[in-house]
Amino acid sequence: MGATDDTRRSLGLVETQRVVLYTEDDPLVLDSGETLAPVEVAYETYGERAPGDGNVVVVCHALTGDANAAGHHGDPTRPGWWDTLIGPGKPVDTDRLFVLSSNLLGGCQGTTGPSSTDPATGEPYGLRFPLFTVSDLVRVQRRLLAHLGVERVLAAIGGSLGGMQVLQWALDHPDELNNGIVVCATARLSAQNIAFSAVARAAIMNDPDFQDGDYYGTGRGPDHGLSVARMMAHITYLSEESMRQKFGRRIQDRDEPRFDLGVDFQVESYLQHQGKAFLDRFDANSYLYLTRVMDYFDPFADPTRVRERLARCRTRFLVLSFDTDWRFDTSHSKQVVRTLTAHRVPVTFREIASPHGHDSFLLEVPEYHRTVAAYLDRALAEAR
Amino acid sequence: MRPDLDVIASLVPPGARVLDLGCGDGALLEELMRRGNDVLGVEISDDGVLACMARGVPVLQDDIDEGLGDLADDAFDIVIMSLTLQAVRNPALILREMHRVAGRGIVSFPNFGHWRLRAQLAAKGRMPVSPLLPYAWHETPNIRLCSITDFEALAGAEGFRVEQRILLDDGGRPVGGLSERAPNLLAAGVVYLLNR
Repeated sequence: MGATDDTRRSLGLVETQRVVLYTEDDPLVLDSGETLAPVEVAYETYGERAPGDGNVVVVCHALTGDANAAGHHGDPTRPGWWDTLIGPGKPVDTDRLFVLSSNLLGGCQGTTGPSSTDPATGEPYGLRFPLFTVSDLVRVQRRLLAHLGVERVLAAIGGSLGGMQVLQWALDHPDELNNGIVVCATARLSAQNIAFSAVARAAIMNDPDFQDGDYYGTGRGPDHGLSVARMMAHITYLSEESMRQKFGRRIQDRDEPRFDLGVDFQVESYLQHQGKAFLDRFDANSYLYLTRVMDYFDPFADPTRVRERLARCRTRFLVLSFDTDWRFDTSHSKQVVRTLTAHRVPVTFREIASPHGHDSFLLEVPEYHRTVAAYLDRALAEAR
Repeated sequence: MRPDLDVIASLVPPGARVLDLGCGDGALLEELMRRGNDVLGVEISDDGVLACMARGVPVLQDDIDEGLGDLADDAFDIVIMSLTLQAVRNPALILREMHRVAGRGIVSFPNFGHWRLRAQLAAKGRMPVSPLLPYAWHETPNIRLCSITDFEALAGAEGFRVEQRILLDDGGRPVGGLSERAPNLLAAGVVYLLNR
């Protein structure tokens, strides 16, 4: 078994690398038929590749993640977004596994997205960036593997939008992934999920400084809208119980309420901070595109196509949900399990008890970590 | 592997897709995988699920008392429930679900009609304890005890017919001979192969 507390270490200092994967002569052809070039991808790798690539794990990030999944870029107090899970002696054990993590297409942290320069105009794409699909995200992940000469993938792992990529990958390329680990994801957003995305996008697009997406270099941007979008999304990442425990009705910095319309309750102050901090690291147009990708995701929509694809699927799955997650609750994961098992794809499923809602997948939840460690232990043993 | 699991494994046709309800640590399914069967387990306990994962046995952590809503009609060729029926809240519901998801079923359980259990209750007036039912009454997970006669009545009512019946001794090993004359009195346990 993996990880005891004594053996868990940090990866320490890590570096993001960049590579141009598509050029004018060899553009990225999207699902829509539109083409995109150049496409640059930011990525990081951890651990050593085993001969024959039997130990390659691909990490797919969620809506606002980046290439820096584990380790840090100089400040050990600000580790990568999945540093709890990935590192020496951790469930995704970099002493034994070679881990690859890239910023996804349409993002804003090193990989080509709406804030990148459109070679046709010399200006940032803005809303002229083409719409893309989860299959397109997978297409770019695979091109990066090809660039690195990786021929086999032991496991692809992701939470939320990351898990959606893992699922799409196994459907699009049924013999490529030995294992898919899909954490608190979905095969189809509910009306409520799409409604939350719609409000987030409305907040951004109705911001007077949005300027139809051409806010780059103007000295003003839809900061207000983006922070409101983030504040609202953040509510959906926490459980009601965890908010009650964390904040209750406590007042910020004093004992008595001010009784005014400003920020008074601790929960207000917290959300405001989350919204503001987000502005430093995220681009509003990327937020629009990436939430839209999730809305349209529906890989099980066509039963005939699903049957054909899953009949050839060689991927074994671990599907996990968290009992207090209401963003993508357990019924979403169970729908994935139901479809996969109906087509005889091997699936292991657990609903993990955790008080932290959707955010649980980023946190140190012991039973969750034990499960991922046990699954990867076995996967690695079988690959040998 | 437990001797009764050997009996069960011998009843599973080669190549059949198998569902095991209450699969525990996955020992039976691992053996069936080794024989080339396509398998899935359902288990409620954390330890059982992690043990299955360590064996590479696919398993859904779930409470079978809630039904098998995640599994499609006829998704399996055969569904197994070994020494689990007596521990569920609603055996009739589970038999109905087994009937729905597979054409055949294998069920094993301790026979509460066994003479030694009858004798313990009759002579001592205490709830019986045996190798197959080792718990005291106040801590036992076995809350739906039944005899061979009881089970055959319920299975029939749920649309199953008995294709094969194998009687077991206290150690879970098959017994023949005399036991067949009065199974409900002489068999400590039983394995049924059921068909729709």
